[in-house]
Amino acid sequence: MIEVAGLTKRFGPTLAVSDVSFEVQKGEVLGFLGPNGAGKTTTMRVITGYLSPSEGRVRVAGYDVVEEPLEAKRRTGYLPEAPPVYPDMTVVEYLAFVARIKGVPRREIQTRIEEVSEKCAVTDVTDRQIGKLSKGYRQRVGLAQALIHNPEVLILDEPTAGLDPKQIIETRELIRGLAGQHTIVLSTHILPEVSKTCERVLVINQGKIVASGTPQELTHRLQGYETVLLTAEGPAAEMMERLQRVSGVNLVEPRDAADSRVTFEVHAEKGHDVRAELARAIVESRWKLLELKTSGLSLEDIFLQLTTKDLGEGPDTSDKSSVVGIV
Amino acid sequence: MRNVIAVAGKELRAYFHSPIAYLVMTVYAALLGFFFYSFTATYVVQSFRIQAMGGGMGAPPMSLNEYIIRPLLAGVLTVVILLLVPLITMRLYAEEKRSGTIELLLTSPLTDLEVILGKFLGAMALYAVLVAMTFLYVGYLFLHGNPNAKPLLAQVLGLLLYGAALLALGMWFSTFTKNQIVAGVVAFAVFLLLFVMDWVTAYGSGRASDVISYLSLTKHFDNFAKGVIDLSDVVFYVSVVVLGIFLTARSVDALKGRA
Ligand SMILES: Nc1ncnc2c1ncn2[C@@H]1O[C@H](COP(=O)(O)OP(=O)(O)OP(=O)(O)O)[C@@H](O)[C@H]1O
Ligand SMILES: [Mg+2]
Repeated sequence: MIEVAGLTKRFGPTLAVSDVSFEVQKGEVLGFLGPNGAGKTTTMRVITGYLSPSEGRVRVAGYDVVEEPLEAKRRTGYLPEAPPVYPDMTVVEYLAFVARIKGVPRREIQTRIEEVSEKCAVTDVTDRQIGKLSKGYRQRVGLAQALIHNPEVLILDEPTAGLDPKQIIETRELIRGLAGQHTIVLSTHILPEVSKTCERVLVINQGKIVASGTPQELTHRLQGYETVLLTAEGPAAEMMERLQRVSGVNLVEPRDAADSRVTFEVHAEKGHDVRAELARAIVESRWKLLELKTSGLSLEDIFLQLTTKDLGEGPDTSDKSSVVGIV
Repeated sequence: MRNVIAVAGKELRAYFHSPIAYLVMTVYAALLGFFFYSFTATYVVQSFRIQAMGGGMGAPPMSLNEYIIRPLLAGVLTVVILLLVPLITMRLYAEEKRSGTIELLLTSPLTDLEVILGKFLGAMALYAVLVAMTFLYVGYLFLHGNPNAKPLLAQVLGLLLYGAALLALGMWFSTFTKNQIVAGVVAFAVFLLLFVMDWVTAYGSGRASDVISYLSLTKHFDNFAKGVIDLSDVVFYVSVVVLGIFLTARSVDALKGRA
Protein backbone atom coordinates (compact mmCIF):
# COMPACT_ATOMS: atom_id res chain seq x y z
CA MET A 1 0.00 0.00 0.00
CA ILE A 2 2.90 2.32 0.78
CA GLU A 3 6.26 1.90 -0.91
CA VAL A 4 9.20 4.07 0.04
CA ALA A 5 12.37 3.48 -1.94
CA GLY A 6 15.70 5.18 -1.35
CA LEU A 7 14.08 8.23 0.22
CA THR A 8 16.51 11.02 1.04
CA LYS A 9 15.54 14.48 2.23
CA ARG A 10 17.96 17.34 2.71
CA PHE A 11 17.26 20.76 4.14
CA GLY A 12 20.18 22.71 2.77
CA PRO A 13 23.19 21.07 4.43
CA THR A 14 21.20 19.03 6.97
CA LEU A 15 20.41 15.50 6.01
CA ALA A 16 17.06 14.81 7.66
CA VAL A 17 16.32 11.44 6.04
CA SER A 18 18.96 9.34 4.39
CA ASP A 19 18.24 6.52 1.95
CA VAL A 20 15.22 5.09 3.73
CA SER A 21 13.33 2.19 2.13
CA PHE A 22 10.38 0.23 3.44
CA GLU A 23 6.96 -1.06 2.49
CA VAL A 24 3.70 -1.19 4.32
CA GLN A 25 1.17 -3.84 3.43
CA LYS A 26 -2.53 -3.23 3.16
CA GLY A 27 -4.19 -3.21 6.56
CA GLU A 28 -0.91 -3.18 8.45
CA VAL A 29 -0.09 -0.86 11.33
CA LEU A 30 3.51 0.31 11.15
CA GLY A 31 5.20 2.29 13.88
CA PHE A 32 8.05 4.73 13.42
CA LEU A 33 10.07 4.79 16.56
CA GLY A 34 12.91 7.20 17.04
CA PRO A 35 14.29 9.92 19.27
CA ASN A 36 13.75 13.63 18.62
CA GLY A 37 15.09 14.80 15.29
CA ALA A 38 15.30 11.27 13.93
CA GLY A 39 13.43 12.17 10.76
CA LYS A 40 10.02 10.67 11.50
CA THR A 41 8.03 13.79 10.72
CA THR A 42 10.07 14.49 7.62
CA THR A 43 9.46 10.99 6.25
CA MET A 44 5.74 11.32 6.89
CA ARG A 45 5.64 14.73 5.26
CA VAL A 46 7.13 13.29 2.12
CA ILE A 47 4.63 10.42 2.09
CA THR A 48 1.76 12.87 2.39
CA GLY A 49 3.13 15.12 -0.34
CA TYR A 50 3.76 18.08 1.96
CA LEU A 51 7.49 17.95 1.23
CA SER A 52 9.10 16.79 -1.98
CA PRO A 53 11.82 14.16 -1.71
CA SER A 54 15.41 15.14 -2.51
CA GLU A 55 15.98 11.63 -3.83
CA GLY A 56 14.01 8.42 -4.02
CA ARG A 57 10.42 7.50 -4.72
CA VAL A 58 7.31 7.17 -2.66
CA ARG A 59 4.15 5.45 -3.82
CA VAL A 60 0.82 5.43 -2.04
CA ALA A 61 -1.77 2.94 -3.25
CA GLY A 62 0.29 2.59 -6.40
CA TYR A 63 0.45 6.33 -7.13
CA ASP A 64 3.75 8.19 -7.10
CA VAL A 65 3.39 11.11 -4.69
CA VAL A 66 5.41 13.41 -6.93
CA GLU A 67 3.99 12.44 -10.30
CA GLU A 68 0.35 11.89 -9.38
CA PRO A 69 -0.01 13.85 -6.17
CA LEU A 70 -3.78 14.33 -6.35
CA GLU A 71 -4.49 10.62 -6.69
CA ALA A 72 -2.15 9.80 -3.82
CA LYS A 73 -3.57 12.57 -1.63
CA ARG A 74 -7.15 11.45 -2.23
CA ARG A 75 -6.21 8.15 -0.60
CA THR A 76 -4.27 9.55 2.32
CA GLY A 77 -5.47 10.92 5.64
CA TYR A 78 -2.89 12.84 7.62
CA LEU A 79 -2.72 14.00 11.20
CA PRO A 80 0.33 16.27 11.51
CA GLU A 81 2.24 16.75 14.75
CA ALA A 82 0.05 19.75 15.58
CA PRO A 83 -3.60 19.22 14.59
CA PRO A 84 -4.17 21.50 11.57
CA VAL A 85 -7.32 23.19 12.84
CA TYR A 86 -8.75 26.67 12.35
CA PRO A 87 -9.42 27.95 15.86
CA ASP A 88 -12.27 30.26 14.87
CA MET A 89 -14.33 27.49 13.24
CA THR A 90 -16.71 25.19 15.03
CA VAL A 91 -16.01 21.46 14.79
CA VAL A 92 -18.82 20.96 12.27
CA GLU A 93 -17.77 23.87 10.10
CA TYR A 94 -14.21 22.64 10.12
CA LEU A 95 -15.07 19.05 9.22
CA ALA A 96 -17.39 20.30 6.47
CA PHE A 97 -14.59 22.40 5.01
CA VAL A 98 -12.10 19.54 5.15
CA ALA A 99 -14.66 17.17 3.59
CA ARG A 100 -15.12 19.58 0.69
CA ILE A 101 -11.44 20.00 -0.07
CA LYS A 102 -10.87 16.26 0.32
CA GLY A 103 -13.44 15.71 -2.41
CA VAL A 104 -16.24 14.08 -0.42
CA PRO A 105 -19.41 14.31 -2.56
CA ARG A 106 -21.73 17.02 -1.29
CA ARG A 107 -24.58 14.62 -0.48
CA GLU A 108 -22.35 12.47 1.73
CA ILE A 109 -20.71 15.25 3.72
CA GLN A 110 -23.33 15.32 6.45
CA THR A 111 -23.24 11.57 7.07
CA ARG A 112 -19.45 11.46 6.96
CA ILE A 113 -19.26 14.21 9.58
CA GLU A 114 -21.60 12.27 11.81
CA GLU A 115 -19.66 9.06 11.34
CA VAL A 116 -16.23 10.45 12.12
CA SER A 117 -17.54 12.57 14.99
CA GLU A 118 -18.95 9.42 16.49
CA LYS A 119 -15.77 7.44 15.89
CA CYS A 120 -13.50 10.09 17.37
CA ALA A 121 -15.87 10.92 20.22
CA VAL A 122 -16.36 14.59 19.43
CA THR A 123 -20.15 14.50 19.08
CA ASP A 124 -20.66 16.46 22.28
CA VAL A 125 -18.54 19.40 21.09
CA THR A 126 -19.56 19.64 17.44
CA ASP A 127 -20.91 23.17 17.79
CA ARG A 128 -18.07 24.52 19.90
CA GLN A 129 -15.27 26.67 18.52
CA ILE A 130 -12.16 24.58 18.05
CA GLY A 131 -9.94 27.26 19.60
CA LYS A 132 -11.84 26.84 22.85
CA LEU A 133 -11.49 23.06 23.01
CA SER A 134 -9.00 21.24 25.22
CA LYS A 135 -5.82 19.82 23.70
CA GLY A 136 -7.26 16.31 23.81
CA TYR A 137 -10.41 17.29 21.96
CA ARG A 138 -8.42 19.23 19.41
CA GLN A 139 -6.33 16.12 18.78
CA ARG A 140 -9.50 14.09 18.24
CA VAL A 141 -10.83 16.69 15.84
CA GLY A 142 -7.51 16.35 14.01
CA LEU A 143 -8.03 12.62 13.82
CA ALA A 144 -11.62 13.06 12.64
CA GLN A 145 -10.28 15.35 9.92
CA ALA A 146 -7.82 12.67 8.78
CA LEU A 147 -10.64 10.13 8.52
CA ILE A 148 -13.30 12.27 6.89
CA HIS A 149 -12.79 11.01 3.34
CA ASN A 150 -12.38 7.41 4.49
CA PRO A 151 -8.81 7.15 3.15
CA GLU A 152 -7.06 3.86 2.56
CA VAL A 153 -3.89 5.15 4.17
CA LEU A 154 -3.59 6.97 7.48
CA ILE A 155 -0.45 8.83 8.47
CA LEU A 156 -0.49 9.83 12.13
CA ASP A 157 2.37 11.89 13.51
CA GLU A 158 2.60 11.33 17.25
CA PRO A 159 -1.14 10.87 17.67
CA THR A 160 -0.95 10.60 21.44
CA ALA A 161 1.50 13.43 22.13
CA GLY A 162 0.29 15.83 24.77
CA LEU A 163 -2.71 13.79 25.84
CA ASP A 164 -3.48 12.69 29.36
CA PRO A 165 -3.28 8.98 30.27
CA LYS A 166 -6.96 8.33 29.82
CA GLN A 167 -7.01 10.04 26.43
CA ILE A 168 -3.89 8.11 25.38
CA ILE A 169 -5.57 4.81 26.09
CA GLU A 170 -8.69 5.90 24.22
CA THR A 171 -6.70 7.08 21.23
CA ARG A 172 -4.79 3.81 21.07
CA GLU A 173 -8.00 1.87 21.16
CA LEU A 174 -9.35 4.03 18.40
CA ILE A 175 -6.27 3.40 16.27
CA ARG A 176 -6.41 -0.32 16.88
CA GLY A 177 -10.05 -0.19 15.84
CA LEU A 178 -9.07 1.50 12.58
CA ALA A 179 -6.46 -1.13 11.76
CA GLY A 180 -7.62 -3.55 9.14
CA GLN A 181 -9.85 -1.06 7.34
CA HIS A 182 -6.95 1.35 6.91
CA THR A 183 -3.24 1.02 6.38
CA ILE A 184 -1.67 3.00 9.18
CA VAL A 185 1.73 4.54 9.77
CA LEU A 186 2.20 6.25 13.10
CA SER A 187 5.20 7.79 14.75
CA THR A 188 6.16 8.01 18.35
CA HIS A 189 9.16 8.42 20.53
CA ILE A 190 7.45 6.65 23.37
CA LEU A 191 8.79 3.15 23.49
CA PRO A 192 5.89 1.22 25.01
CA GLU A 193 3.48 2.84 22.58
CA VAL A 194 4.60 0.78 19.60
CA SER A 195 4.01 -2.52 21.29
CA LYS A 196 0.49 -1.42 22.13
CA THR A 197 -0.56 -0.27 18.69
CA CYS A 198 1.79 -1.57 16.02
CA GLU A 199 2.34 -4.88 14.32
CA ARG A 200 5.68 -3.85 12.94
CA VAL A 201 8.20 -1.24 14.00
CA LEU A 202 10.88 0.70 12.18
CA VAL A 203 13.45 2.19 14.48
CA ILE A 204 14.83 5.30 12.91
CA ASN A 205 17.74 7.37 14.12
CA GLN A 206 19.50 10.30 12.49
CA GLY A 207 17.58 9.77 9.29
CA LYS A 208 18.38 6.08 8.91
CA ILE A 209 16.46 2.92 9.64
CA VAL A 210 18.52 1.15 12.26
CA ALA A 211 16.25 -1.77 13.04
CA SER A 212 12.94 -3.20 12.05
CA GLY A 213 10.74 -6.05 13.07
CA THR A 214 7.85 -6.94 15.27
CA PRO A 215 7.91 -5.45 18.74
CA GLN A 216 8.85 -8.93 20.04
CA GLU A 217 11.78 -9.30 17.69
CA LEU A 218 13.10 -5.92 18.72
CA THR A 219 12.91 -6.86 22.36
CA HIS A 220 14.85 -9.96 21.60
CA ARG A 221 17.59 -8.04 19.91
CA LEU A 222 17.61 -5.45 22.59
CA GLN A 223 18.19 -8.10 25.19
CA GLY A 224 20.61 -10.35 23.41
CA TYR A 225 22.84 -8.60 20.93
CA GLU A 226 25.73 -6.33 20.38
CA THR A 227 26.19 -5.44 16.76
CA VAL A 228 29.44 -5.22 14.81
CA LEU A 229 29.76 -4.25 11.17
CA LEU A 230 32.50 -6.06 9.28
CA THR A 231 33.54 -5.48 5.68
CA ALA A 232 35.85 -7.94 3.99
CA GLU A 233 36.86 -9.13 0.55
CA GLY A 234 36.48 -12.82 -0.16
CA PRO A 235 33.94 -15.54 -0.90
CA ALA A 236 30.74 -14.42 0.79
CA ALA A 237 29.28 -17.76 1.80
CA GLU A 238 32.53 -19.11 3.24
CA MET A 239 33.25 -15.94 5.12
CA MET A 240 29.81 -15.94 6.60
CA GLU A 241 30.17 -19.50 7.68
CA ARG A 242 33.55 -18.84 9.26
CA LEU A 243 32.30 -15.78 11.15
CA GLN A 244 29.38 -17.78 12.44
CA ARG A 245 31.81 -20.13 14.17
CA VAL A 246 33.57 -17.41 16.18
CA SER A 247 32.73 -17.93 19.79
CA GLY A 248 30.20 -15.45 21.16
CA VAL A 249 28.65 -14.77 17.76
CA ASN A 250 24.92 -15.33 17.59
CA LEU A 251 23.98 -14.34 14.12
CA VAL A 252 25.64 -13.09 10.94
CA GLU A 253 23.63 -11.24 8.32
CA PRO A 254 24.98 -9.98 5.02
CA ARG A 255 24.10 -6.29 4.62
CA ASP A 256 25.75 -5.03 1.43
CA ALA A 257 27.67 -6.74 -1.28
CA ALA A 258 29.62 -5.03 -4.04
CA ASP A 259 31.95 -7.09 -6.26
CA SER A 260 33.67 -9.43 -3.88
CA ARG A 261 33.32 -7.00 -1.01
CA VAL A 262 30.76 -7.93 1.59
CA THR A 263 29.54 -6.16 4.68
CA PHE A 264 28.21 -8.37 7.45
CA GLU A 265 26.20 -7.41 10.42
CA VAL A 266 27.41 -9.59 13.25
CA HIS A 267 25.31 -9.93 16.37
CA ALA A 268 27.23 -11.03 19.38
CA GLU A 269 26.17 -11.92 22.86
CA LYS A 270 25.94 -9.01 25.18
CA GLY A 271 29.19 -8.14 26.95
CA HIS A 272 31.41 -10.01 24.45
CA ASP A 273 33.77 -7.87 22.43
CA VAL A 274 34.18 -10.18 19.48
CA ARG A 275 36.01 -7.75 17.25
CA ALA A 276 39.52 -9.18 17.78
CA GLU A 277 38.26 -12.71 17.20
CA LEU A 278 36.43 -11.71 14.05
CA ALA A 279 39.52 -10.00 12.67
CA ARG A 280 41.66 -13.04 13.36
CA ALA A 281 39.14 -15.36 11.70
CA ILE A 282 39.18 -13.33 8.50
CA VAL A 283 42.93 -12.77 8.37
CA GLU A 284 43.84 -16.37 9.14
CA SER A 285 41.70 -17.52 6.26
CA ARG A 286 43.69 -15.10 4.04
CA TRP A 287 40.73 -12.94 3.16
CA LYS A 288 41.11 -9.19 3.16
CA LEU A 289 39.70 -7.38 6.15
CA LEU A 290 38.65 -3.90 5.06
CA GLU A 291 36.66 -2.49 7.92
CA LEU A 292 35.52 -3.47 11.36
CA LYS A 293 33.43 -1.31 13.65
CA THR A 294 30.66 -1.39 16.14
CA SER A 295 27.53 -0.18 14.45
CA GLY A 296 27.53 3.39 15.64
CA LEU A 297 24.89 3.78 18.23
CA SER A 298 23.71 0.39 19.40
CA LEU A 299 20.04 -0.27 19.35
CA GLU A 300 20.06 -0.07 23.07
CA ASP A 301 21.64 3.38 23.07
CA ILE A 302 18.96 4.55 20.69
CA PHE A 303 16.28 3.08 22.85
CA LEU A 304 17.74 4.88 25.80
CA GLN A 305 17.17 8.16 24.01
CA LEU A 306 13.53 7.31 23.60
CA THR A 307 11.01 8.30 26.11
CA THR A 308 10.46 5.17 28.07
CA LYS A 309 7.80 6.55 30.29
CA ASP A 310 4.35 5.61 29.19
CA LEU A 311 1.77 8.02 30.49
CA GLY A 312 -1.00 5.60 29.74
CA GLU A 313 0.63 2.90 31.75
CA GLY A 314 0.97 4.26 35.26
CA PRO A 315 4.02 5.35 37.18
CA ASP A 316 6.47 2.46 37.39
CA THR A 317 7.52 2.01 33.78
CA SER A 318 10.36 4.46 33.61
CA ASP A 319 13.35 2.30 34.44
CA LYS A 320 15.15 0.32 31.84
CA SER A 321 14.34 -3.18 32.96
CA SER A 322 10.64 -2.60 32.72
CA VAL A 323 11.10 -1.08 29.29
CA VAL A 324 12.54 -4.29 28.05
CA GLY A 325 9.71 -6.17 29.59
CA ILE A 326 7.09 -4.07 27.90
CA VAL A 327 8.35 -3.97 24.35
CA MET B 1 -13.79 25.15 -9.38
CA ARG B 2 -15.58 23.60 -6.46
CA ASN B 3 -12.29 23.56 -4.60
CA VAL B 4 -11.58 27.20 -5.42
CA ILE B 5 -14.97 28.20 -4.05
CA ALA B 6 -14.47 26.11 -0.92
CA VAL B 7 -11.19 27.89 -0.19
CA ALA B 8 -12.57 31.32 -1.10
CA GLY B 9 -15.54 30.75 1.21
CA LYS B 10 -13.23 29.72 4.02
CA GLU B 11 -11.14 32.88 3.59
CA LEU B 12 -14.13 35.18 3.48
CA ARG B 13 -15.54 33.49 6.54
CA ALA B 14 -12.24 33.95 8.36
CA TYR B 15 -12.25 37.70 7.61
CA PHE B 16 -15.69 38.13 9.09
CA HIS B 17 -14.97 35.94 12.10
CA SER B 18 -11.95 38.02 13.02
CA PRO B 19 -11.60 41.75 13.61
CA ILE B 20 -9.94 42.24 10.22
CA ALA B 21 -13.04 42.71 8.09
CA TYR B 22 -14.54 45.14 10.61
CA LEU B 23 -11.28 46.98 11.03
CA VAL B 24 -10.76 47.61 7.32
CA MET B 25 -14.42 48.47 6.81
CA THR B 26 -14.34 50.96 9.67
CA VAL B 27 -11.12 52.61 8.53
CA TYR B 28 -12.41 52.76 4.98
CA ALA B 29 -15.75 54.20 5.99
CA ALA B 30 -14.18 56.74 8.34
CA LEU B 31 -11.61 58.05 5.87
CA LEU B 32 -14.11 58.05 3.05
CA GLY B 33 -16.65 59.85 5.24
CA PHE B 34 -14.19 62.48 6.36
CA PHE B 35 -13.05 63.35 2.86
CA PHE B 36 -16.54 63.09 1.42
CA TYR B 37 -17.76 65.57 4.00
CA SER B 38 -14.91 68.01 3.44
CA PHE B 39 -15.10 67.83 -0.38
CA THR B 40 -18.86 68.29 -0.25
CA ALA B 41 -18.61 71.20 2.15
CA THR B 42 -16.01 72.90 -0.04
CA TYR B 43 -18.20 72.27 -3.04
CA VAL B 44 -21.22 73.86 -1.39
CA VAL B 45 -19.28 76.91 -0.22
CA GLN B 46 -17.70 77.36 -3.65
CA SER B 47 -20.93 77.12 -5.58
CA PHE B 48 -22.65 79.62 -3.27
CA ARG B 49 -19.74 81.99 -3.81
CA ILE B 50 -20.01 81.68 -7.58
CA GLN B 51 -23.70 82.43 -7.40
CA ALA B 52 -23.17 85.34 -5.06
CA MET B 53 -20.49 86.80 -7.32
CA GLY B 54 -23.20 87.08 -9.92
CA GLY B 55 -22.40 84.05 -11.98
CA GLY B 56 -26.10 83.84 -11.54
CA MET B 57 -28.52 81.57 -13.16
CA GLY B 58 -26.82 81.44 -16.51
CA ALA B 59 -23.51 79.82 -15.51
CA PRO B 60 -23.34 76.00 -15.58
CA PRO B 61 -23.29 74.42 -12.08
CA MET B 62 -19.96 73.09 -10.84
CA SER B 63 -19.51 69.42 -11.76
CA LEU B 64 -20.09 66.97 -8.88
CA ASN B 65 -17.90 64.51 -10.72
CA GLU B 66 -14.94 66.84 -10.96
CA TYR B 67 -15.16 68.37 -7.51
CA ILE B 68 -16.23 65.46 -5.34
CA ILE B 69 -16.26 62.03 -6.98
CA ARG B 70 -12.97 62.20 -8.80
CA PRO B 71 -10.84 63.49 -5.92
CA LEU B 72 -12.51 60.98 -3.66
CA LEU B 73 -12.03 57.88 -5.79
CA ALA B 74 -8.93 58.74 -7.77
CA GLY B 75 -7.23 60.74 -5.06
CA VAL B 76 -8.13 59.56 -1.60
CA LEU B 77 -9.09 55.93 -2.19
CA THR B 78 -6.05 55.05 -4.29
CA VAL B 79 -3.97 55.99 -1.26
CA VAL B 80 -6.26 54.44 1.35
CA ILE B 81 -6.04 51.03 -0.32
CA LEU B 82 -2.25 51.10 -0.06
CA LEU B 83 -2.82 50.82 3.67
CA LEU B 84 -5.85 48.52 3.69
CA VAL B 85 -4.76 45.91 1.14
CA PRO B 86 -1.81 44.78 3.32
CA LEU B 87 -4.25 44.31 6.20
CA ILE B 88 -6.30 42.04 3.97
CA THR B 89 -3.45 40.03 2.47
CA MET B 90 -1.05 39.69 5.39
CA ARG B 91 -2.80 36.67 6.90
CA LEU B 92 -3.43 34.74 3.67
CA TYR B 93 -0.42 32.43 3.87
CA ALA B 94 1.36 33.66 7.00
CA GLU B 95 -1.43 32.52 9.28
CA GLU B 96 -1.67 29.08 7.67
CA LYS B 97 2.07 28.69 8.12
CA ARG B 98 1.99 29.76 11.74
CA SER B 99 -0.94 27.57 12.75
CA GLY B 100 0.20 24.55 10.72
CA THR B 101 -3.02 24.44 8.68
CA ILE B 102 -0.83 24.86 5.62
CA GLU B 103 -0.11 21.14 6.10
CA LEU B 104 -3.81 20.43 5.68
CA LEU B 105 -4.09 22.51 2.51
CA LEU B 106 -0.94 21.14 0.91
CA THR B 107 -1.77 17.50 1.67
CA SER B 108 -5.35 17.69 0.42
CA PRO B 109 -6.20 16.74 -3.14
CA LEU B 110 -6.13 20.35 -4.32
CA THR B 111 -3.71 21.89 -6.76
CA ASP B 112 -1.62 24.77 -5.45
CA LEU B 113 -3.31 26.99 -8.02
CA GLU B 114 -6.75 26.14 -6.66
CA VAL B 115 -5.65 27.18 -3.18
CA ILE B 116 -4.07 30.39 -4.48
CA LEU B 117 -7.07 31.35 -6.59
CA GLY B 118 -9.40 30.57 -3.69
CA LYS B 119 -7.42 32.79 -1.37
CA PHE B 120 -7.19 35.54 -3.94
CA LEU B 121 -10.93 35.46 -4.60
CA GLY B 122 -11.72 35.47 -0.89
CA ALA B 123 -9.54 38.55 -0.40
CA MET B 124 -10.98 40.12 -3.54
CA ALA B 125 -14.51 39.60 -2.22
CA LEU B 126 -13.74 41.52 0.96
CA TYR B 127 -12.10 44.25 -1.08
CA ALA B 128 -15.15 44.44 -3.35
CA VAL B 129 -17.29 44.97 -0.25
CA LEU B 130 -15.09 47.97 0.61
CA VAL B 131 -15.36 49.44 -2.86
CA ALA B 132 -19.12 48.88 -2.82
CA MET B 133 -19.29 50.94 0.38
CA THR B 134 -18.23 53.92 -1.73
CA PHE B 135 -21.71 53.94 -3.22
CA LEU B 136 -23.19 54.62 0.22
CA TYR B 137 -21.59 58.05 0.02
CA VAL B 138 -21.66 58.70 -3.67
CA GLY B 139 -25.27 57.52 -3.83
CA TYR B 140 -26.10 60.53 -1.68
CA LEU B 141 -24.94 62.77 -4.53
CA PHE B 142 -27.20 60.93 -6.94
CA LEU B 143 -30.15 61.47 -4.59
CA HIS B 144 -29.60 65.20 -4.28
CA GLY B 145 -27.92 66.11 -7.55
CA ASN B 146 -27.25 64.55 -10.87
CA PRO B 147 -23.64 63.60 -11.32
CA ASN B 148 -22.55 61.71 -14.41
CA ALA B 149 -22.53 57.94 -13.84
CA LYS B 150 -20.14 57.05 -16.66
CA PRO B 151 -16.86 58.41 -15.27
CA LEU B 152 -17.83 57.00 -11.89
CA LEU B 153 -18.07 53.51 -13.35
CA ALA B 154 -14.65 53.86 -14.96
CA GLN B 155 -13.21 55.01 -11.64
CA VAL B 156 -14.79 52.11 -9.76
CA LEU B 157 -13.53 49.62 -12.34
CA GLY B 158 -10.08 51.20 -12.02
CA LEU B 159 -10.20 50.87 -8.24
CA LEU B 160 -11.15 47.21 -8.49
CA LEU B 161 -8.32 46.49 -10.93
CA TYR B 162 -5.75 48.51 -9.01
CA GLY B 163 -6.80 46.76 -5.80
CA ALA B 164 -6.67 43.34 -7.46
CA ALA B 165 -3.09 44.00 -8.53
CA LEU B 166 -2.12 45.02 -5.00
CA LEU B 167 -3.93 42.01 -3.50
CA ALA B 168 -2.07 39.58 -5.73
CA LEU B 169 1.28 41.12 -4.78
CA GLY B 170 0.32 41.25 -1.10
CA MET B 171 -0.59 37.57 -1.19
CA TRP B 172 2.86 36.81 -2.54
CA PHE B 173 4.54 38.72 0.33
CA SER B 174 2.44 36.72 2.75
CA THR B 175 4.06 33.46 1.61
CA PHE B 176 7.49 34.57 2.84
CA THR B 177 6.92 34.42 6.57
CA LYS B 178 4.77 32.94 9.27
CA ASN B 179 4.53 36.36 10.87
CA GLN B 180 1.50 38.29 9.65
CA ILE B 181 2.84 41.63 10.84
CA VAL B 182 6.02 41.19 8.83
CA ALA B 183 4.02 40.20 5.76
CA GLY B 184 1.80 43.27 6.16
CA VAL B 185 4.63 45.73 6.75
CA VAL B 186 6.59 44.43 3.77
CA ALA B 187 3.52 44.77 1.55
CA PHE B 188 2.85 48.29 2.77
CA ALA B 189 6.48 49.35 2.30
CA VAL B 190 6.57 47.99 -1.23
CA PHE B 191 3.23 49.58 -2.15
CA LEU B 192 4.43 52.91 -0.81
CA LEU B 193 7.63 52.60 -2.78
CA LEU B 194 5.70 51.84 -5.96
CA PHE B 195 3.56 54.86 -5.22
CA VAL B 196 6.38 57.34 -4.76
CA MET B 197 8.31 55.85 -7.66
CA ASP B 198 5.81 57.67 -9.76
CA TRP B 199 6.97 61.04 -8.44
CA VAL B 200 10.51 60.33 -9.58
CA THR B 201 9.37 60.02 -13.15
CA ALA B 202 7.82 63.46 -12.96
CA TYR B 203 11.31 64.99 -12.82
CA GLY B 204 13.35 62.46 -14.71
CA SER B 205 13.49 61.97 -18.42
CA GLY B 206 14.80 59.43 -20.85
CA ARG B 207 14.60 55.66 -21.03
CA ALA B 208 14.74 54.70 -17.38
CA SER B 209 12.08 57.16 -16.49
CA ASP B 210 9.86 55.88 -19.30
CA VAL B 211 10.21 52.32 -18.13
CA ILE B 212 9.47 53.21 -14.52
CA SER B 213 6.53 55.23 -15.63
CA TYR B 214 5.20 52.35 -17.71
CA LEU B 215 5.57 49.97 -14.78
CA SER B 216 4.02 52.38 -12.31
CA LEU B 217 0.82 51.06 -10.80
CA THR B 218 -0.39 54.62 -10.23
CA LYS B 219 0.24 55.90 -13.76
CA HIS B 220 -2.12 53.35 -15.21
CA PHE B 221 -4.86 54.74 -13.03
CA ASP B 222 -4.74 58.17 -14.71
CA ASN B 223 -7.11 57.27 -17.54
CA PHE B 224 -9.58 55.63 -15.16
CA ALA B 225 -9.42 58.79 -13.04
CA LYS B 226 -10.48 60.84 -16.05
CA GLY B 227 -13.34 58.44 -16.62
CA VAL B 228 -11.73 56.72 -19.58
CA ILE B 229 -11.39 52.96 -19.82
CA ASP B 230 -8.32 52.21 -21.88
CA LEU B 231 -7.81 48.55 -22.73
CA SER B 232 -4.05 48.81 -22.26
CA ASP B 233 -4.54 49.87 -18.64
CA VAL B 234 -6.90 46.97 -18.03
CA VAL B 235 -4.38 44.59 -19.57
CA PHE B 236 -1.64 46.07 -17.41
CA TYR B 237 -3.46 45.49 -14.13
CA VAL B 238 -4.62 42.02 -15.15
CA SER B 239 -1.00 41.19 -16.01
CA VAL B 240 0.13 42.29 -12.57
CA VAL B 241 -2.54 40.04 -11.01
CA VAL B 242 -1.31 37.12 -13.11
CA LEU B 243 2.27 37.90 -12.14
CA GLY B 244 1.36 38.01 -8.44
CA ILE B 245 -0.40 34.67 -8.70
CA PHE B 246 2.53 33.17 -10.56
CA LEU B 247 5.03 34.41 -7.98
CA THR B 248 2.83 33.08 -5.18
CA ALA B 249 2.70 29.69 -6.89
CA ARG B 250 6.48 29.61 -7.16
CA SER B 251 6.89 30.57 -3.55
CA VAL B 252 4.41 27.92 -2.36
CA ASP B 253 6.18 25.34 -4.46
CA ALA B 254 9.48 26.30 -2.85
CA LEU B 255 7.93 25.58 0.56
CA LYS B 256 7.84 21.91 -0.37
CA GLY B 257 11.59 21.84 -0.71
CA ARG B 258 12.34 23.26 2.72
CA ALA B 259 9.13 24.05 4.50
N1 LIG C 1 12.09 22.76 7.60
C1 LIG C 1 13.26 22.32 8.05
N2 LIG C 1 14.38 23.01 7.80
C2 LIG C 1 15.57 22.57 8.22
N3 LIG C 1 15.76 21.45 8.92
C3 LIG C 1 14.69 20.71 9.23
C4 LIG C 1 13.39 21.10 8.81
N4 LIG C 1 12.51 20.17 9.25
C5 LIG C 1 13.24 19.25 9.90
N5 LIG C 1 14.54 19.56 9.90
C6 LIG C 1 15.63 18.77 10.50
O1 LIG C 1 15.51 17.44 10.07
C7 LIG C 1 15.78 16.53 11.11
C8 LIG C 1 14.62 15.58 11.29
O2 LIG C 1 13.51 16.28 11.80
P1 LIG C 1 12.09 15.61 12.03
O3 LIG C 1 11.17 16.71 12.40
O4 LIG C 1 11.74 14.79 10.86
O5 LIG C 1 12.36 14.69 13.29
P2 LIG C 1 11.34 13.84 14.16
O6 LIG C 1 11.83 12.45 14.13
O7 LIG C 1 9.96 14.09 13.71
O8 LIG C 1 11.57 14.43 15.61
P3 LIG C 1 10.53 14.70 16.80
O9 LIG C 1 10.43 13.44 17.57
O10 LIG C 1 11.19 15.79 17.58
O11 LIG C 1 9.24 15.14 16.20
C9 LIG C 1 16.07 17.37 12.35
O12 LIG C 1 17.47 17.45 12.49
C10 LIG C 1 15.50 18.71 12.01
O13 LIG C 1 16.25 19.74 12.61
MG1 LIG D 1 8.30 14.83 14.57
